[in-house]
Amino acid sequence: MVKINGENTDSAGMTLSEYLSTTDYNRARIAVERNGNIVPKKEYETTVLENGDSLEIVGFVGGG
Amino acid sequence: MGIPTKKEIESALAERIGTERQKRFSESTVAVCGLGGLGSNIAIALARAGIGKLILADFDRVDISNLSRQQYKANQTGIFKTDALRENLREISPYTEIETHCVRLCEDNYSAILKNAGIICEAFDKAEEKSRLVNFVLEYMPEKIIISASGMAGLGSPDDIRTRRITRNFYLCGDGKSDMKDHALYAPRVALCAMHQALAVLRILDSPENAVPEIY
Repeated sequence: MVKINGENTDSAGMTLSEYLSTTDYNRARIAVERNGNIVPKKEYETTVLENGDSLEIVGFVGGG
Repeated sequence: MGIPTKKEIESALAERIGTERQKRFSESTVAVCGLGGLGSNIAIALARAGIGKLILADFDRVDISNLSRQQYKANQTGIFKTDALRENLREISPYTEIETHCVRLCEDNYSAILKNAGIICEAFDKAEEKSRLVNFVLEYMPEKIIISASGMAGLGSPDDIRTRRITRNFYLCGDGKSDMKDHALYAPRVALCAMHQALAVLRILDSPENAVPEIY
């Protein structure tokens, strides 16, 4: 299982990029934390989600 | 009554918060990226709290629509926010060192402008710009701490605005949801979020040896 934003998903084996394609997240408005570290944007395509991973996808909204 | 001297202001602060804390704050440099409702409030709070140096960046001028929530005055409409905020800070806290950059922050200038700041407050209004700065700092400037904000529009509960620590050096304030494209921005709620960011700065600086604390 891969925990994403607190919920268990069966996305192990997918790349982060593939997972994001299944969601409504706009890649220009997010930051992704994986096991305590930020995932660089250029590594979204090559980062493979593994069983036991814990991710938080921060989706930014406008206002300031 | 004249303007108090630097020493008088420092002593008055040290008397209340302690000499060691006052010294630590006064030796700190904090960058504020974007000088709207978040950034103008953050800068004033940090100057009052005794932060020694502020790096302030924004490309924009004060617009009449900003007066509803940003820390500018009606007679400052039309001038650059960097100039207006510098002027207001000089009246509030005359000895805070202020460095201003009247530019649009982007990947080409983040490093040069932010290099001397220990802590960076992201205070932009566009979601894309927030994301760009946060990702850049976390990827390329890992020695910095970034405090970002997302979700402070509308008139929702103040208690939905909170501070969370996402990674070792990434803090996020706001309700995470309320977008300015769906709601107007109101002075108290934007200021609440700004104060979360400013308080996070002080709490981080107050932790021993500036180790990033487990405070959230």
